[in-house]
Amino acid sequence: MAVTATSPAGARPVPPVRAGRRVRLPAWLGVTPFLAYVAIFLLLPTGILVVDAFRTPSGALNLSSPKLLFSSTVRSYFIGSFELCLISSVVGAVFGAILAYAIASGNPNGAMRQLYIAASGVLAQFGGVTLAFAFVVTIGPVGLLLHASWFYTFPWGISVIYAYFQIPLMVLVFLPAMDGLKIQWREASESLGCSAWQYWRYIGGPLLAPAFFGAALLLFANALSAFATIVAWENQIAYIVPQQIYLAINSEVGLSNLNVADVLALGMIIMVAIVMTGYALLQRRAARWLR
Amino acid sequence: MAAVTSLGETPLTAPAKRPRGLQARRRRRLNLFRYVVFTIFGLFFLLPLLAVLRFSLEGNTLGTWTLSAWKQIVSYQGLLSAVEITLELAVLTSVTTLVLLVPTMIWIRLRVQWFSRPFEFLCLLPLTIPAIALVVGLAPVYNKIRHFELSALMLFWIYVILALPYAYRALSAGLNAIDVKTLSEAARSLGASWLRVVVQVIAPNMWQAILNALLLSAALALGEFTIAYTLLYTNLQVELYSISRNTPNASVIFSTSLAALVFTFALLLIISIVGRRRRRTG
Repeated sequence: MAVTATSPAGARPVPPVRAGRRVRLPAWLGVTPFLAYVAIFLLLPTGILVVDAFRTPSGALNLSSPKLLFSSTVRSYFIGSFELCLISSVVGAVFGAILAYAIASGNPNGAMRQLYIAASGVLAQFGGVTLAFAFVVTIGPVGLLLHASWFYTFPWGISVIYAYFQIPLMVLVFLPAMDGLKIQWREASESLGCSAWQYWRYIGGPLLAPAFFGAALLLFANALSAFATIVAWENQIAYIVPQQIYLAINSEVGLSNLNVADVLALGMIIMVAIVMTGYALLQRRAARWLR
Repeated sequence: MAAVTSLGETPLTAPAKRPRGLQARRRRRLNLFRYVVFTIFGLFFLLPLLAVLRFSLEGNTLGTWTLSAWKQIVSYQGLLSAVEITLELAVLTSVTTLVLLVPTMIWIRLRVQWFSRPFEFLCLLPLTIPAIALVVGLAPVYNKIRHFELSALMLFWIYVILALPYAYRALSAGLNAIDVKTLSEAARSLGASWLRVVVQVIAPNMWQAILNALLLSAALALGEFTIAYTLLYTNLQVELYSISRNTPNASVIFSTSLAALVFTFALLLIISIVGRRRRRTG
């Protein structure tokens, strides 16, 4: 930096005495408002829940509480979460990839492409209460289209609802990788006598695999954190960890449950962290070819 | 099944360029596949929205059409105040996010570059902490806040954190597109103060990124449910949910949901339209 905070403007001469008297504040002070905000509203809550996960409600150290994660009831919620995330991310990834292929193989300036990209950007954000309402009146008990008997079965009914925001998210994340497949690779393989199947088996597939699995992991994490949709879909029975956390915070049984909430939340954070690390690694691997 | 050439959507141009019949047939098959896929997915995405629209126009008896649910939006008890609170939350959240992020990001580019990696990490961190998990640690913090102020407006503190990753990405794309250093050196050597550099020199050069960040954080605040519901505050989504619990056949939830949805869609569509125009001109 040629210009520093204390050097006065341009060519105007400044009396040296005044210039010397000015206090030179370190540049990093500029980021303290941001740091303070993040410390209070992000780091402090995270710290509180991590510490509380290892404490009894009265405050004593309790190293056995993480064992709660392996008790059979808690385990069933994690299994429920895992099932739902796995099904909805596999469904979302496969169908999203098909849609992304249909988009990528068309005219790059075509109306269909523009329409689907814009719509995906919007629909990937569209979860929650309204989405659950929309499916209740489409295929639910009062559905206009059909009355699906499986609508309130876990995990299939809710997975269909989740697919509504997972597929657009997959399109957004996976389309750049699809676009990165060069025509020349296809043409080169064809001129060497490759069939379509051989092209996908030996060239396209391996090239896209890291991007595909990375995107699927992102979808998994996305489904893991979703809460509003499943609450509006079914609020009588808790199937997944977020529902159980809500119950633990707000039930009137007593303070002892807060500790349960802390442990469950910690378990969730660890799960997301593992999945997101995998995503970052796979993205890096995918970036090697698809520039 | 062939991504032969991505140019030329019409199958008719293909045989002219490529005399081989195999290519033309393949292209026709590909186009058939594409339009089947577009139709099926289009129906999947449209039908639920149409069903909500139909239900928002449903009368007391099945199969009738009426606008009463849309008229009820303003008169339904509790609904209007929830709408008001949510709109205010959207404004507070997006403005606070910008005030917090824009000067900090510019400052980091200019003066504290060593902090840019930790800063990025902090901004993206909320993506890896599910909102429902964050709420557990937030409960004690919000107990303190409730000593001073009970209003649901206090939710904006945490909404800013939730908006950080999206706003950061939008702003970072905007900052990457301009030469912050040269601009600020030029402005500084002409006598501008640091405040003036940020407000009058750099910010106008990235207004599209700022608009993106603004709309994304507003959209987030409009659709938020988890934190408000868990901390027992009432915003629009929580109110819609509780109406649906208490009076299951209230068609007002469909009209209000649809109105909120159209509003959010409009916000997000502005982003994609503005973004596209930017790419074309710049």
